[in-house]
Amino acid sequence: MFLIECPWCGERDMSEFHCGGEAHIARPDQSESMTDEEWAQFVFMRKNSKGRYAERWNHAAGCRRWFNLLRNTATDQILAVYRMGETAPSVATDEPVTPSGEAPIGSGNDAVKLMKPGEAL
Amino acid sequence: MAASRQKTGLRTQQGGRINRDKPVSFTFDGKTYQGFEGDTLASALLANGQHMVARSFKYHRPRGIVAAGAEDPAAIVQIGPDAVETDPNTRVTEQEIFEGLRASAQNCWPSLSFDIGIANDVFSDFFPAGFYYKTFMGPPLSWMRFEPFIRKAAGLGVAPTDRDPEQYDSTNRHADVLVVGAGPAGLAAAKAAADAGARVILVDETNAIGGALLSEPEGSVSLGSKPADVAIQKMVDELHANPDVTVLTRTTAFGYYGDNFVGLWERVTDHLAPTDRVTHMPRQRVWRVRAKQVILATGALERPMVFDGNDRPGIMLAGAVRTFLNRYGVLCGRMAVIFANNDSAWATAFDLQDAGAQIAAIVDIRRNLSGALLQKAAHRGIPIHAGSAIVGTKGRSHVAAAGIRVLDASGMISSKANWIECDLIANSCGWAPNVALFSQSRGKLFYDDDLKAFRPGASWQQERSVGAANGAYDLQDCLDEGRNAGAAAAADAGFKKRIPRVLKASHTMLVQRDLQIMPQIPSPKAAKKVRAFIDLQDDVTTKDIKIAIQEGLHSVEHIKRYTTTGMGTDQGKIANLNAFAFIADHLGKSVPDVGVTTFRQPYKPVTMGALAGQHVGAHFMPRRTTAMHPWHKAQRDVVFEPVGDWLRPRAFLREGEDFHQAVQRETKAARTGIGVLDASTLGKIDVRGPDAREFLNRIYTNAWSKLAPGKCRYGLMLKEDGMVMDDGVTACLADDHFHMTTTTGGAANVLGHLEDYLQTEWPDLKVYLTTTTEQTAVASICGPGCDRLVADLLDDVDPDPETFKFMDWRDAHIQGIPVRVFRISFTGELSYEINIDASYGLWLWKKIFALADSEGGTYDITPYGTEAMHVLRAEKGFIIVGQDTDGTATPFDLGMNWIVKKSGDFVGRRSLSRSDTSRDDRKQLVGLVTEQPDFVLMEGTQIIGSKDEGAVPVVMLGHVTSSYFSPNLGRSIAMAMVERGQGRAGETLYASRKGEAPMAVRVVGTDFLKERSDGTI
Repeated sequence: MFLIECPWCGERDMSEFHCGGEAHIARPDQSESMTDEEWAQFVFMRKNSKGRYAERWNHAAGCRRWFNLLRNTATDQILAVYRMGETAPSVATDEPVTPSGEAPIGSGNDAVKLMKPGEAL
Repeated sequence: MAASRQKTGLRTQQGGRINRDKPVSFTFDGKTYQGFEGDTLASALLANGQHMVARSFKYHRPRGIVAAGAEDPAAIVQIGPDAVETDPNTRVTEQEIFEGLRASAQNCWPSLSFDIGIANDVFSDFFPAGFYYKTFMGPPLSWMRFEPFIRKAAGLGVAPTDRDPEQYDSTNRHADVLVVGAGPAGLAAAKAAADAGARVILVDETNAIGGALLSEPEGSVSLGSKPADVAIQKMVDELHANPDVTVLTRTTAFGYYGDNFVGLWERVTDHLAPTDRVTHMPRQRVWRVRAKQVILATGALERPMVFDGNDRPGIMLAGAVRTFLNRYGVLCGRMAVIFANNDSAWATAFDLQDAGAQIAAIVDIRRNLSGALLQKAAHRGIPIHAGSAIVGTKGRSHVAAAGIRVLDASGMISSKANWIECDLIANSCGWAPNVALFSQSRGKLFYDDDLKAFRPGASWQQERSVGAANGAYDLQDCLDEGRNAGAAAAADAGFKKRIPRVLKASHTMLVQRDLQIMPQIPSPKAAKKVRAFIDLQDDVTTKDIKIAIQEGLHSVEHIKRYTTTGMGTDQGKIANLNAFAFIADHLGKSVPDVGVTTFRQPYKPVTMGALAGQHVGAHFMPRRTTAMHPWHKAQRDVVFEPVGDWLRPRAFLREGEDFHQAVQRETKAARTGIGVLDASTLGKIDVRGPDAREFLNRIYTNAWSKLAPGKCRYGLMLKEDGMVMDDGVTACLADDHFHMTTTTGGAANVLGHLEDYLQTEWPDLKVYLTTTTEQTAVASICGPGCDRLVADLLDDVDPDPETFKFMDWRDAHIQGIPVRVFRISFTGELSYEINIDASYGLWLWKKIFALADSEGGTYDITPYGTEAMHVLRAEKGFIIVGQDTDGTATPFDLGMNWIVKKSGDFVGRRSLSRSDTSRDDRKQLVGLVTEQPDFVLMEGTQIIGSKDEGAVPVVMLGHVTSSYFSPNLGRSIAMAMVERGQGRAGETLYASRKGEAPMAVRVVGTDFLKERSDGTI
């Protein structure tokens, strides 16, 4: 139940939004000359990576505008909101080492429920 | 042995935070009891000597009241006057009594005191850890055979038999500072935050403010210069007087979610007698709170000792015994044995003695006790057994004696048993911060070696834990932490920093000191015979956990699932830490190395009613109705059906007709007389802008460049994967202006799809989309010669089909009201769709029917519903997206090659030539006619290639998507997706049927009207 800062409407509950999956995947212009594999990459394949992830979101129950969101999918931390057509800003975040790594805090997952000996508060 | 226990007179002469002027009577298991206003069901039953209130989940062992609050594991009962207004699994420690309250024991038959299920206890060796996994590993059917019996034997309460007649509500709230828990720390925090000017919400899950202070004898603690009770009341009064502060009692913070979103569950009227409940008040209310800052002052929970025979009623947590005594004025026993590993339980002994109970012994596993403590007990003449433990108990449905033995330095038994008669064992294995909400907030816990418990470490959200929830058990520490956190939270929420006033507490409380943990008290019995319970609700003993470990399960999460420890309605609030410590001990690891199970929302069970709130019945999913709905509703007998969000008439039944007959009549009338359909629900999107035409070219599979104003065209829309997503007719209003229609259910999706492409892929296109579905009402008029009716309606346009051609549209007027008439058809019959401003929809509809012969007009007009519409379109072979397609059909699969343009890109084009979509053995849409013309196939019927089903697995060629009896063709018709279907025309296939031989069917084209005129059917 995190909050999203819509670039047009401001901060709203996530239930007003619809996630459209990975951002920055441009629809190919010359699809006829693409191989099946290349086309399938565009249609079906998404990184779905843990950690920093650029996503498309739509303020479905609000202004209905699409925008981009940079989110740490391990912690739901929103790192940046930017408009369609813009490139993702570089923002520092705790990048879990994939595939099984964890951000040091925030995921609630088993590996980070407890503090490790000597870990600072 | 139980001679010392008396059933009555356990209420103290004075004291307790109850209203002794207001007696309340209630029933438990049919017997009437007396209590006082302010009692919980637990305190009132205890006052009547009734400890045993339930039977356990698995072994049906007697279960008594162990704790005094939400953490109690197994004292759960069924509440309510009848089978409808009933709540299972209600904790007796939380349910307040009211006049006429009816409670009953659950999970026992025939009665609480004599329960047949106790047989499970005798055969407990056959129900070890992992019983379910081991016993039901056979073929899948064996579980299905056993499950009903197991469920019956091992159930908890009984679900209501009918829909809940109560009202529930929910509300949203923003707060600067939300404080959970109104004990000394929470109260101090709320006050400091409120004094700084913050909007504060303070919640407590009990009926009163004060927390642990309410468990202290009245007058024994003072805050500032006043007795605690007076000081608390003053603070509460101040908070109530502050308009920016909301104080909620009987309110549980059940879930801590992202960005400081916290769910609160308020029991508004559960504590009131039905006659005192105000009818407009909801029974319960969920508060959805978004707080800038959260302060968790959720206190600490006491751990029970784990020893053989520790589950008998009358064995209670020492802190709970004090709470029942000091908050409710109830003696939990007259002859008590205290069993402790820390100082706090000794306070229970002293308070009990002051209230008139005898303390048979204080048994403390610590060998070295503080001199002050010993002196105080000795002064009171209490027998002390230091370095000793209770290693066994006696008693049937209530504890009657405690077996005490001396332990040696290594914690082993070193003496003979000393049996002491008692009717109460008050035990304490120390206190653990209640970190559930903190952990839900994704903060990290750390193991505090002094507390021998986990407490909050690094925070993840804007949250602070204070007081006992943070491991501070001293009253002054609680007040100081709360005060500082309240001030800091207000400052972080943007309020001016203020240094709040210090509140001094008098120190007379005995708190946990010099804690010494023994994960399991030793027993002289053979290990096999020891029954030391860790989880009292789920009947998990140390033996079960040992078995799990022996069988190779070493992770706490695995052991939890294998043994069910920490599951159930209490989620192991007092059991978990003991389980972790026992596992750690057994594995030779430290507790933090073993770790914790995950604390998940909700903190405790929340009723489904409260979560649903007002979203029930008609509010569950509001139905949209058309402008003509009042007319539909007024018909003699109309059957409605939900379509998307809409409620549409499915058929209009005439006198003496059943549904099927009505549909047949309506379907026939649309091809013989004049049929009128309310088509207002079709999605309509206004597409406008200089690039609108180009946009349609890219969105639809066909070409739109040459569609002239005044003309319409059918379009098919694909997703990028090449699968059909929607269809509809779009009209060109002007070169830069189109009127698009979509399916009723797909309107919102289509608009979203179009917006997505416009905003993200083609922002260079100047196109504007507006949904106009609800602005326009549509009457679809259909039937041979219906042009005469339309001519009578229109002021200024001649509908003559010779000049007003198929797929044309015209602007026209009806009595001066502008309308737009489309000559389009979903039936194959001559048809006009009249679009009018929705506010004139009903007027238009009535105007049409005023021309019917039944109304004195000259036309044979029949209103028809969606079912007849389905039959009519199927007769013509038109698809319904979502019925004949399921997201796996391309235009080619549907035999609609004609609608795919030869050149130019569109959404989904490239996918049509993928190897998978272009393979020749795909399922394709065909028409089917049954060998028996009057037999109507069931939709979903599997199509097979042979007369007999043969051996499993039977090769399925496809399935029936639409099937009807067509009155116009006088036979049944069906559409189906069949493998290589387009090449099978004339072939005989078979439709599988349950319990009957497959029915022969012939493959034909999907346009059944054409097939008839061609003579094929």
